[in-house]
Amino acid sequence: MLASLPDADTLITRLADAIAPTLTPETVIVGIHTGGVWVAERLHAQLDIATPLGVLDISFYRDDFSRIGLHPQVKPSNLPFSLEDRPLILVDDVLFTGRTVRAAMNELFDYGRPASIRLAVLVDRGGHELPIRPDFAGAVVDVPPQNNVTLSRESDGRLKLTLA
Amino acid sequence: MNPQLTSDGRLRHLLTLEGLPRAMLTQILDTAESFMDVGEREVKKVPLLRGKSIFNLFFEPSTRTRTTFEIAAKRLSADVVNLNIATSSQTKGEAILDTVDNLAAMHADMFIVRHSQSGAAHFIARHVAPHISVINAGDGRHAHPTQGLLDMFTIRRYKGAFHNLTVAIVGDVLHSRVARSQIHALTILGVPEVRVIGPKTLLPVGVEQMGVKVFNTMEDGLAGCDVVIMLRLQNERMKGARLPSAQEYFKFYGLTQEKLALARPDAIVMHPGPMNRGVEIDSEVADGPQSVILPQVTYGIAVRMAVMALLTRGEPA
Repeated sequence: MLASLPDADTLITRLADAIAPTLTPETVIVGIHTGGVWVAERLHAQLDIATPLGVLDISFYRDDFSRIGLHPQVKPSNLPFSLEDRPLILVDDVLFTGRTVRAAMNELFDYGRPASIRLAVLVDRGGHELPIRPDFAGAVVDVPPQNNVTLSRESDGRLKLTLA
Repeated sequence: MNPQLTSDGRLRHLLTLEGLPRAMLTQILDTAESFMDVGEREVKKVPLLRGKSIFNLFFEPSTRTRTTFEIAAKRLSADVVNLNIATSSQTKGEAILDTVDNLAAMHADMFIVRHSQSGAAHFIARHVAPHISVINAGDGRHAHPTQGLLDMFTIRRYKGAFHNLTVAIVGDVLHSRVARSQIHALTILGVPEVRVIGPKTLLPVGVEQMGVKVFNTMEDGLAGCDVVIMLRLQNERMKGARLPSAQEYFKFYGLTQEKLALARPDAIVMHPGPMNRGVEIDSEVADGPQSVILPQVTYGIAVRMAVMALLTRGEPA
């Protein structure tokens, strides 16, 4: 019996409320392609952050590249600001093994040295394979390894979490 | 079956653009777009090919192409070894394969091959073990696929799309592997009108069969063009009595501002380099506002990174 997942919008509001007290004028937000960017866009708007949103595609940093090759649809990363000495909030949709976050942190350091990186995820589903934990999580759900939690965007722009 | 593709349709070697599907060229261009930003970052490197060994096997000298391949490989974190191998035209195939076998024994993962003889890269590709990829960096008059791709990348960047363009390739098409790769790429990507312009002595017999329109004067050929690609005129062609003199050539086929004015006002001017200023192109044009010749060099790095990244993969999952 799989646990049911909360509504994505509720979780985003919960995340925004948790992040809000930690913000400084210097804080930047970076989302990881693709689901992380959707969540980061919402947080960026709800938290009214002045610095433009950063976007990371971690395809060039994946640790399984030599096994599966390049992802067929690589998107450019775009960090339209200097992250040198700034507090950074890294956003992804689902935290599973932690390998994506590791790859994202490696990539971030090739752009500069942020003052800090904190991790915000919509859902922490467990199954971590690396010592990586979220600083902000919309929900913590224990999902068996054979199941998938995915975030999708409907045609009307609404975000939807699915457990399969 | 295309020898460049694996049985499941992925790119294994890049030897020629001829016969590759449009989706694959588009994928290479899109991937190159993602690599563009790497050259502008604090750390101009991604770890994609960390631990891979890439050998630049240049049997024919070329500083610029070899350098851009070297930079591309280094920005992907690969280890690069440059070998400039002096050859006489008598160098036997076995000698080349001996070299290749020795390098393979050093655990090479990729060979980038330039050779004055058409087919050299194919020859090596047929010989190497399954985990080794070969990129053709120019073979005789046959093909120079990464140059063709970087030219397409340049055109897409400046013109946005291919389906509404008129592109002219000007000069020594007969001896040009670059022109052949460009014609294949432009055709595959759906450019409706590809023209070649040059004196009859420098155009291959039957070039129309490649799907191009042939013009023998700049006045006719440049009218309405969106893109003008100039080819390098090799000095040795002059000796072969195909042309009277460099001055004479410049008079009729050298790109001057006056001749460029025949093309569309927003036409871009390209050249694969190195240029013969005052022979196929006037300095005023080469350094002018419509020239995108230096951006071509920059884009060449991103495009070569994309090809190397797409060729490299381990055992099927």
